[in-house]
Amino acid sequence: MSIIFVLIPLGLIVVGLGIWAFFWAAGSGQFDDLETPAWRILMDDDRRPPQQPGKEVDGDE
Amino acid sequence: MGDPGACFHCGEPVTTGRRYMVEFDTDALPVCCPGCKAVAEFIRDSGLSEYYDFRTVDALRPEAPEPDGIRPEWLAYDRETLQEHMTSGLADGQREVLLLVEGVRCAACSWLIERALKGLEGLSSIEINPATARGRVVWDPSSLSLSRIMDAIARLGYRPHPVTATAGASVATRERRDAMKRLVVAGLGMMQVMTYAVSLYLGAFQGMDEDIREFLRLVSLLVATPVVLYSGLPFFAGAWRDLSVGRPGMDVPVALAVGGAYAASLYNSFRGTGEVYFDSVTMFVFLLSLGRFAEMTARHRAGEIADSLARLAPATALRIEPDNNDPVPVGVAELAVGDRLLVRPGDPFPADGRIVRGRTHVDESMLTGESRPVSRETGSTVTGGSLNTGDPVDILVERVGADTVLSHISRLLERAQSSRPALARTADLVARWFVVGVLAIAAIVAAIWSAVDATAAFEVTLSVLVVTCPCALSLATPTALTAATSCLARSGLLVGRSDALEQLSKADWVVFDKTGTLTRAHVSLQAVRPLGSLEENQCRRVAAALEAGSEHPLATAMRRTDAPVARDVSAKRGEGIEGVVEGRTYRVGSPAFVARLSGARVEEDATDPASVMLGDASGLLAAFTFTDSVRPNVEPTLERLRHAGLELEILSGDNEASVTEVGRRLGVSHLRWRRNPEAKLERIRELQADGHRVAMVGDGVNDAPVLAGADVSVAMGAGAPLAQTSADMVLLGDSLAPLPIGVTTARAAMRIIRQNITWAILYNLTALPLAAAGLVAPWMAAIGMSASSLLVVLNSSRLAGETAAPGKTRVSGITAERAAMTAHRSGS
Repeated sequence: MSIIFVLIPLGLIVVGLGIWAFFWAAGSGQFDDLETPAWRILMDDDRRPPQQPGKEVDGDE
Repeated sequence: MGDPGACFHCGEPVTTGRRYMVEFDTDALPVCCPGCKAVAEFIRDSGLSEYYDFRTVDALRPEAPEPDGIRPEWLAYDRETLQEHMTSGLADGQREVLLLVEGVRCAACSWLIERALKGLEGLSSIEINPATARGRVVWDPSSLSLSRIMDAIARLGYRPHPVTATAGASVATRERRDAMKRLVVAGLGMMQVMTYAVSLYLGAFQGMDEDIREFLRLVSLLVATPVVLYSGLPFFAGAWRDLSVGRPGMDVPVALAVGGAYAASLYNSFRGTGEVYFDSVTMFVFLLSLGRFAEMTARHRAGEIADSLARLAPATALRIEPDNNDPVPVGVAELAVGDRLLVRPGDPFPADGRIVRGRTHVDESMLTGESRPVSRETGSTVTGGSLNTGDPVDILVERVGADTVLSHISRLLERAQSSRPALARTADLVARWFVVGVLAIAAIVAAIWSAVDATAAFEVTLSVLVVTCPCALSLATPTALTAATSCLARSGLLVGRSDALEQLSKADWVVFDKTGTLTRAHVSLQAVRPLGSLEENQCRRVAAALEAGSEHPLATAMRRTDAPVARDVSAKRGEGIEGVVEGRTYRVGSPAFVARLSGARVEEDATDPASVMLGDASGLLAAFTFTDSVRPNVEPTLERLRHAGLELEILSGDNEASVTEVGRRLGVSHLRWRRNPEAKLERIRELQADGHRVAMVGDGVNDAPVLAGADVSVAMGAGAPLAQTSADMVLLGDSLAPLPIGVTTARAAMRIIRQNITWAILYNLTALPLAAAGLVAPWMAAIGMSASSLLVVLNSSRLAGETAAPGKTRVSGITAERAAMTAHRSGS
């Protein structure tokens, strides 16, 4: 049973890592807006609708 | 998209025929105005046409196309003084501004803005939250100016307003992040400690090596320490605050139980003998934190809905410099009494003042509820925040800042809000007595057990404190409210204040504002009554021809596409228009003006100031009457409210004719008209004095004090931001339909809350004697407490299922939209 003297600290380290990761995520704003990113994934950035020939694609007109 | 007569961009009916068209790929689609045309073409040319496939709500109709070049009012945002006020500098030389973007209605809007602006050089990040219409923009001032950013957003058909960086938003964010961290630490800690605890319990029965037992107890201590000291900190802080002001709240017994159990366990761990209660402590802290988190989420949502006056009061003004008479854009904060300002058509008045040059029409619907623009001559006063809909005028500033009518209204509002029903205070009072009772009982139990069996005294007292923890009791209300709130948010009704649902469930009288709530803000032609030889359709055509060039709202309502062309048109301001159509001279306008052409006599119809006449040299030809256009689907909504047992009333600042007409059409019998905000508030008070619970639905700023005075208030989401700040609930989108859903959900929520409270009290009454008798170990107490809390939470979650059916409209809308997206994708 002495293996638990290794496994339990190991488990604690994993928990500690998990908490550290969560703190980092919360601190960098990952949980501030839970709505928009869910929508954003549905909207492709890379696909272009058909363009009129000769029209420049430019967002900062 | 939509019905054939609807504008492709904004969805409003197209009254201009095929005058404005936008070409998309191979189709030419009709739009209603040059503003929509410009925006739609700009979106198309930017390669962002997907917006039209993604969006769930039609766009806001832009006032007018953006002029070439950057508008001077945006240029004002580049001024040093304004930048200091509105933006904040970041460490790396970049600047950050918070924007409230008017017109953001769905996720597609934020996508559109973000995509379009990403092309700007010098822009480092832009995020728009579609739920709150707020965004954060970070840019590099050395290569990009704020005015360019504002201009780009405006060209997409939205109106950006910089929000003065309020501490509120960042405080809420920090609080939420903190609470989440504490919750996660408590949750993970609880799980760890629980596994050790199970081993320890089993070991107690089956035998366990002494060193392993010791090790597990020390590890439990190690894990429980951050849970108690970090996650449990708010409870200790709260208890300390409560005690220092001499008002024991819920936090006191919680802190006592947590602190006591932890201290005893700590002592026993080092001693090596005796019980440890780390499992109970961590579980207790986690479950309590969970309850607090639910409560905080509801509270923050309320804060998000509340918004500043930013949208109404403009941030910039055009000041005419006395030395060279040039208009220079300045920040409103720089204005002083006596300044001369140029206010262009379509702009709001930046301050209260007097017109010194020109005359115009002013839309004061935000302030008075009057749906039609009123005419203002040189010398008459204008109110800051009202909209100039006519011609450019110069005004002399008479009042600025805190002295303006707008600030006055918002102060009135604050006062009305501070005198809200004291439901929260009652709850606090009950809690205080409850807590005092718990502490007293715990003390008595401790005293008795010390006398009987001193060794068990601590454990029994701890069990009493844990078992009587008002956890289920304190979760009973917030969980049900949160479940109902999120369910309603999905169906399009945002609940701002936590006691709003309770008030709504009790309401028996619904008062509606008319303009902008039951009706749309613009008028439409109701009837044409021929008075002379000319038949009705011809009258309409002639009138449309004369009015073709006018931007007056009544003229817009008269427009039609088959109108002949009028020549020699001359407009007499405030009276009407004269012109030659198909060889004959006609006049259209006020009855007196039209009658003067022929010398006919006309009795002024005082009850209906909206009536417009058409006549020629031989006499009067026709009378036109106008009506507010009632929002679509209002009738079934009102019917459902009536079905729920509510009395309906219209309380409007508008004139008698309009109000009775709308009331007749909607079948509402209680009608009040020509009420200013004070009179409206008085009417509400009168109803309340008669014992009614009043729900008020409105949208204008003038309603704000009225909304605050009502038992529960609902504002239209498309209305003014001030109304939202005072409203308990906000209807998202442009429909009243979620209102009856709100009523049924609120009533269901109250039913659930009653069940929860009954259960919690029953549990406490049963568990307390058992614990006091020493029959409950602390870990059993903690489990009992959690089980009773769990039951409460599960009961509350039934709300989501119960109201799913009425909420379906919105859900199916989203599903349909997803389907459309899929189709779109597979088709390309």
